[in-house]
Amino acid sequence: MALEKITQVGGRGVYVPGDDLDTDRIIPARFMKCITFDGLGEFAFYDARAFAKAEGQTHPLDDARFTGASILLSGSNFGCGSSREHAPQALYRFGIRAIIAESFAEIFFGNSITLGMPCVVMSGEDIRSVAKLIESDPAALLTLDLTEKKLSIADMDFPITIAPHAHEALVTGKWDAIADLLEGIDAVRTRAATLPYMAA
Amino acid sequence: MSQTLLDKVWAAHTVRTLPNGATQLLIGTHLIHEVTSPQAFGMLRDLNLKVLYPSRTFATVDHIVPTDERAEPFSDDLADAMIKALRSNCAENGITFFDLPTGKQGIVHIVGPEQGITQPGTTIACGDSHTSTHGAFGAIAFGIGTSQVRDVLATQTMALHKPKVRRINVNGKLSPGVYAKDVILHIIRKLGVNGGLGYAYEYGGTTFDAFTQEERMTVCNMSIEGGARVGYVNPDETTFEYLKGRPYSPKGADWDAAVARWKATASDPDAKYDDIVTFDAAEISPTVTWGINPGQAIFIHEKVPFPNEVPEKDRSTAEEALAHMLLKSGNPIKGTKVDVAFLGSCTNGRLSDLQEVARYIKGRKVNKGVKAIVVPGSQGVASVAESMGLAEIFREAGFEWRGAGCSMCLGMNPDKLVGEQLCASSSNRNFKGRQGSPTGRTVLMSPLMVAAAALSGEISDAREVFGIK
Repeated sequence: MALEKITQVGGRGVYVPGDDLDTDRIIPARFMKCITFDGLGEFAFYDARAFAKAEGQTHPLDDARFTGASILLSGSNFGCGSSREHAPQALYRFGIRAIIAESFAEIFFGNSITLGMPCVVMSGEDIRSVAKLIESDPAALLTLDLTEKKLSIADMDFPITIAPHAHEALVTGKWDAIADLLEGIDAVRTRAATLPYMAA
Repeated sequence: MSQTLLDKVWAAHTVRTLPNGATQLLIGTHLIHEVTSPQAFGMLRDLNLKVLYPSRTFATVDHIVPTDERAEPFSDDLADAMIKALRSNCAENGITFFDLPTGKQGIVHIVGPEQGITQPGTTIACGDSHTSTHGAFGAIAFGIGTSQVRDVLATQTMALHKPKVRRINVNGKLSPGVYAKDVILHIIRKLGVNGGLGYAYEYGGTTFDAFTQEERMTVCNMSIEGGARVGYVNPDETTFEYLKGRPYSPKGADWDAAVARWKATASDPDAKYDDIVTFDAAEISPTVTWGINPGQAIFIHEKVPFPNEVPEKDRSTAEEALAHMLLKSGNPIKGTKVDVAFLGSCTNGRLSDLQEVARYIKGRKVNKGVKAIVVPGSQGVASVAESMGLAEIFREAGFEWRGAGCSMCLGMNPDKLVGEQLCASSSNRNFKGRQGSPTGRTVLMSPLMVAAAALSGEISDAREVFGIK
């Protein structure tokens, strides 16, 4: 299975401020009553968007200025909580192709990488600077360069970091592990045979 | 030597190192349920792959099952489609399904241990973040996403990076009225909701040595709420005693051999840890959450904090939490009016949880303003509790006695909060909207504290309500 080598993600940005934005916030559990991931995009941050609307405000994901944005910026511990792949699937299907945050929860991070959606870390200060630039010019193009490990916007560069294994997986087109895992099936059987509980 | 349990289990299950440096790790036991598996089976079909070890995958249905009217078809078409999909995926692939009519259905993290499927020294994966529960047996258990469910179905392995290990010691005796739930809420409060990022938590110390198997499960269950994907306790006589005679436990000579192996998987006395943290059990009081993540917790006698009292990085979340919870800084948490009391979940839906509460509520009544429900974690728990007369005690006290499932922990079935209702809950997450109402409010606490709230109609100190000294 040849996968795309993901070295760059370009697009407009949208800033969803907040720390510990959990997976229930990203996709409320009631929208997980489904047997496919199709159609989850419209439910991304559903309640947060509805709250904003009810209070006469506009959630960034509903703000016409940011329509079509594909790079999401947020705070720390993004995606904490449940293991539901529905969360990154909903964001991906909403149109998000990369996430920039101060830190990520582990399961969310792994689930996102497996979809080929880079999650990269940037300092809170830089995230807020980029957010200001987006706010003043929503049409500005962002370029997330995984090779150079930087985010560029309006002639400015901001350093990013990403876990080395995830970086390797993305830039070599190996972000979905299934092909590699399948190649090891013989070794799997050999290993399983050494474990009494697997033989039983 | 000098190895942790994690080191040993990891080595015993390593298949090979993948080109990107990740370990291809054998997953001995795979647990699946209706929410995160249908898409994985769909992916298998798309890739024309089969389930490699159908006998090592076990299924149950928990998240979407109604807990009152359980006849099929369910009134919710989507829920009905999900149980049917799981049923046909299991039948098609030869997977054991603890389905509703079997009498063995329940929350996946309660069914595994109850059946003796969860065993020391094994690796376990399930598409649910509370899979860390199984670590209470000295298993290394991972919550995984749906693509990894596909990986495990197709290859019985996953690509993983070995976590670091933080040893968390809790020593001493808990005061009366303080429970395992308070211990884990306290640990998360102190280490933070993302303090465990990149770590497996190894829980130990004299408090854990004295804990029952079910108390250990309560703590391991919430490891992920502290950011640690994996949490475990070294297996000991308590573990073996729990497992002996269960349906999937080894029998006869196999049992003795298994116990010998299990003992050898425990961390060596001179094991090297990446970090060590120690708590004193005597310092822990009944703990409740005041906010929108499990780390926003205080002792029952403390006041709701002011945002400027929390570390600067947590301030904006604290402000958001206060606004959502409709709580006022500086006010005692005790006395906050409660609308719903929920006793259940993979954290605290086991027999010992129900027994402990029943012991105290016998002959007392739920406050008129409170809707109180008890949802046993499994049909097995329910049936034993019923035969012991516990169900009757709950019903007489004014609790609704329901069928087994995840229920109001996450509101994927008809059990949901309404509007801004405040729920005293024995579950594991107080995220905004978690219990089914976007504006609903969750206060996490131990089962006995839930009962105290149900009886008094407000958040209370169970020690005062029940005269525990």
